[in-house]
Amino acid sequence: MTEAVPSYLSPTGQEIVFLLLGAVAVGSALLVVTTKQLVHAALWLVVSFGALAGCYLVLTAEFVAWVQVLIYVGAVVVLLLFGIMLTRAPIGRSADLDSGNRITALVVAVATAALLVTVVIDGFHTAYAPLEPGPGSAQELGASVFRNWVLPFEALSVLLLAALIGAIVLSRTDITSAAPPPTDESRGK
Amino acid sequence: MHIVYPAVVSALLFSIGVYGVLARRNTILVLMSVELMLNAVNLNLVAFDVWLRDRLHGGQVLTLFVIVIAAAELGVGLAIVLAVYRNRKTVDLDHLRDLAEPLPTSTSPSPAALPSATSDPPPGSSQASPAGASRRSPADGAPGSPTDQDPPSGGASSSGNGEGGAGYAVGDSVAGEHDPGRDEPARRGGAR
Repeated sequence: MTEAVPSYLSPTGQEIVFLLLGAVAVGSALLVVTTKQLVHAALWLVVSFGALAGCYLVLTAEFVAWVQVLIYVGAVVVLLLFGIMLTRAPIGRSADLDSGNRITALVVAVATAALLVTVVIDGFHTAYAPLEPGPGSAQELGASVFRNWVLPFEALSVLLLAALIGAIVLSRTDITSAAPPPTDESRGK
Repeated sequence: MHIVYPAVVSALLFSIGVYGVLARRNTILVLMSVELMLNAVNLNLVAFDVWLRDRLHGGQVLTLFVIVIAAAELGVGLAIVLAVYRNRKTVDLDHLRDLAEPLPTSTSPSPAALPSATSDPPPGSSQASPAGASRRSPADGAPGSPTDQDPPSGGASSSGNGEGGAGYAVGDSVAGEHDPGRDEPARRGGAR
């Protein structure tokens, strides 16, 4: 792993592609957190997740890449768009998407980025992994899930069911408890 | 592939997510930033799985699990956001302050707080006692009567407060909360 680290000055084609995709992911993520329009934020999130799926493909994690495309780009962003629609968010440009502590947030985020990047570069600048196809395919990963990770998988399916039922119970309005609280509507005003 | 590249991309994505969580006002944008942070973790997991060549593929399997948990979290989170929107007609995080600590410094210039000044401040809150002491001096003529005026101003907080001091504090925050809430766009436009 640490033997004969190639130079950083002669990047391979995979690294160039990965860096371009990573730049797209980071740039669109920046647009997600800085854009003034809610719907545009969700659509930039699609770009960011798509670029991350490309990063997974370059890292030979094919199955994770396609799961990312299916679940994040396909389901999560659609769910977020539904949430934007159901909360009657303004479609156009809205000026109040950032709260008052933006400067503090910027300071904290820059400090976090500086710390993490420094530590990561210091710790892993000698790490090198030659990329070879195969270990991230659906066959390998499926065998691993159903051979070694069966118990977490089943627990996760129960968790997903619980989350599904919880989301339905939380979002339905016609479920009333035995003693409906009368102060609920008056508190909403 | 140098492992530094995905690790740095992941660190930058995580920091962007931190910024989004802290700086955004809309709850759905905060959820999007949380998804960005989870994706940063996923990229790290995949990169280190490739580097360490785990025979059990622990990194990639955990990535799949994190994706599933993120989907479940987003479903429940959006259901909660919709429930909040049904009750409050807003999803702005700055307006959902019912669980916040009462701020004595921000409510002390409020004129609505003056008639509700109690003769004895709450014993536990040390930061509320100087404000209560300074507020007691204009209403010095009738030291016993302001406690009787406490329930009208603290009417919204009638949910079982043990002592009058706590009821004063919560009612004070409610009375000081609604007035800035109504002229919030004007204040925000002035600040911008």
